[in-house]
Amino acid sequence: MLARVDDRHQRTIHISIDGRAVEVRAGDTVATALLAADIAACRISAVSETPRGPYCLMGVCFECLVTVDGVGNRQGCLIEVREGMAIETQSRRREAGR
Amino acid sequence: MTEAGTERRDYDVAVVGGGLVGAAVAWGLARLGQRVAMLDEGDDAKRASRGNFALVWVQSKGLGMAEYASWTVRGSQAWPALADALSRETGIDVALQQPGGFHLALSEKELETRAQNLMRLHNQPRMVGYETTILGAADVRKMLPDVGPEVVGGSYCPLDGHVNSQKLLRALHTGLARHGGTYLPGRRVNGIATRDGAFRLSTPRGELAAAKVVLAAGNANMTLAPMVGLSAPMLPERGQIIVTERVAPFLHHPVVTIRQTDEGSVMIGDSKEEATDPAGMTFPINTVMADRAVRMFPRLARLNVVRTWSAIRVMTADGFPIYEQSTTAPGAFVVTCHSGVTLAANHALEIAPMIAKGALDESLGAFSARRFDARPR
Ligand SMILES: Cc1cc2nc3c(=O)[nH]c(=O)nc-3n(C[C@H](O)[C@H](O)[C@H](O)COP(=O)(O)OP(=O)(O)OC[C@H]3O[C@@H](n4cnc5c(N)ncnc54)[C@H](O)[C@@H]3O)c2cc1C
Ligand code: FES
Repeated sequence: MLARVDDRHQRTIHISIDGRAVEVRAGDTVATALLAADIAACRISAVSETPRGPYCLMGVCFECLVTVDGVGNRQGCLIEVREGMAIETQSRRREAGR
Repeated sequence: MTEAGTERRDYDVAVVGGGLVGAAVAWGLARLGQRVAMLDEGDDAKRASRGNFALVWVQSKGLGMAEYASWTVRGSQAWPALADALSRETGIDVALQQPGGFHLALSEKELETRAQNLMRLHNQPRMVGYETTILGAADVRKMLPDVGPEVVGGSYCPLDGHVNSQKLLRALHTGLARHGGTYLPGRRVNGIATRDGAFRLSTPRGELAAAKVVLAAGNANMTLAPMVGLSAPMLPERGQIIVTERVAPFLHHPVVTIRQTDEGSVMIGDSKEEATDPAGMTFPINTVMADRAVRMFPRLARLNVVRTWSAIRVMTADGFPIYEQSTTAPGAFVVTCHSGVTLAANHALEIAPMIAKGALDESLGAFSARRFDARPR
C-alpha cells in the first residue's frame, strides 16, 4: 500500500480505471495513479502470462504497460493523467497486429 | 618477489577478451581443470556479443570455404549439448530453439538469386551435404501462417535456430566462475611479452603471467596477434537491430532477419546477403529493414518499436574464422570469427580441449590466417 506525501496541493483530476471512477492529482503519471489506487499489477506478460506492474517509473523497464484511451501497451510511467482519461489494465496478453 | 601491481597468481591459460568467443573458450578450458584468467575491458567496451541477433544459423554459411559449412553444421548439431551443460552447471536456460529457419523472398528475382546462391554453395568441392529446401509460397505459409501476400517463397533449413545470446554470455561467465576461473574486467591488454617460458600480459592494472594465451578480443585481435607472431586481418562492419514490444508467441521459426525471442519481443535485423532490394540504396537501412519485415509479416506493422541499436560486427577480412597457434611463440593462439553465437559449442567443446592439449587439430587447417598471405610462408 502506497501513501501520498501530502505536502503539495494539486488540483483533483477525474479518470477511470477499468471503468471505475478514480480521483487522482494533477501531475500524476498513469503509473502513479494506478499505484495510488492500489493496483500493483496492470497487465500480464506476453509469454509466461504472469502479472506485471510499474517498476522503474522512468521509462526503461516496460513493465507498466496499460491501455490508455483505447491505445494498448502504452508506458504508464511516461504519461501524465488528463481529465476524463480512460485507463484499462491488460488482462489478456498482447497479440501482434490484433 | 613480485613487482608492484603484478597479479601474483599464475595461470595455465590467459584468455584475452570476455565476449562470446573468449568466454566460450575460457569456460571450456576451466571445466577441463585448467587454471584460467579471462582479461576483458570495462563495461564501456563495444561488444558484438551484447548487440547481436542471436541466430544459430547454418544455411548460406560457407560460400568460398566448404570447411566453414561443415564446421557450422557441426556447431549447430553440438549446440544442444552446450545448452544442456550450461543449464546443468549454472541453472541458466539459454532458450535454445532449433525448429529450422527461413530466408524469405519478396520477389521472384530474389527467390531465383537465393536458389542460385544455394546451388553455388552446395556445388563446391568438399561441401558437406545438408538439407536446404527452396519452398514456394504455399509451403512457406504452412509453416509460417502469418506471412504476407508479397512473400513468393523462401529457403528452409532444418538445422537453423536461435538462442537468447544475453543469457548465453551470462551463462558462460557464470560457468567459468563455477569452475574456479577468474574474470578480470578493466584489464585491457596492451602488450604481450614472452619471458621465462611464460606469456606476460601487461594491463593498466599490472602484469599477469600464463603458460598459454588465447587471443579472443574480437576486432582487437588485429593489433594483439602480431605481438605473438600471429596475424588476424579484420574488417569491422556495422550491423543494426530493431526490437519491438513483447507479444504472444506467433513466429515459430526464425527468419534470417526476423525472429521472436523467448520473451516475446520481435527482433528485426539486417542481412547483407543478397542485397537485391533497390530501396537499400536510397533509404536509411533501418527503414528498409522495417519495411521488408512488415512486407514479410504484415502483423508487425502495428507493433511498437521499443529499441534500436547498431553494433560493430567482429569480421575477419574474408568473413571466415581464424584459428591458429603461433609457430614463433608456441602456446599463443588466436580464436576469432563473425558468428560467435552459432559457433559457441565448437569453441567451448572442441577448440578449448585442443588448446588444453597444446595443439589445434589438423582438420582446422583451413582456418589458419596463412590463407591471407600472398606467398606461402
Ligand atoms: C548486429 C549483429 C548481429 C549479429 N548476429 C549474429 C547472429 O545472429 N548469430 C551469430 O552467430 N553471430 C552474430 N553476430 C556476431 C557475434 O555477435 C560475434 O561473432 C560475437 O559476439 C563475437 O564475439 P567476440 O567475443 O569475438 O567479440 P566481442 O563481443 O567484441 O568481444 C571482444 C571482447 O574483447 C575485449 N577486448 C578488446 N580488446 C581487448 C584487449 N586489448 N584486452 C582485453 N580485452 C579486450 C572487448 O572488451 C570485448 O569484451 C552478430 C553481430 C552483430 C554486431
Ligand atoms: S515503470 Fe518502467 S517503463 Fe514504466
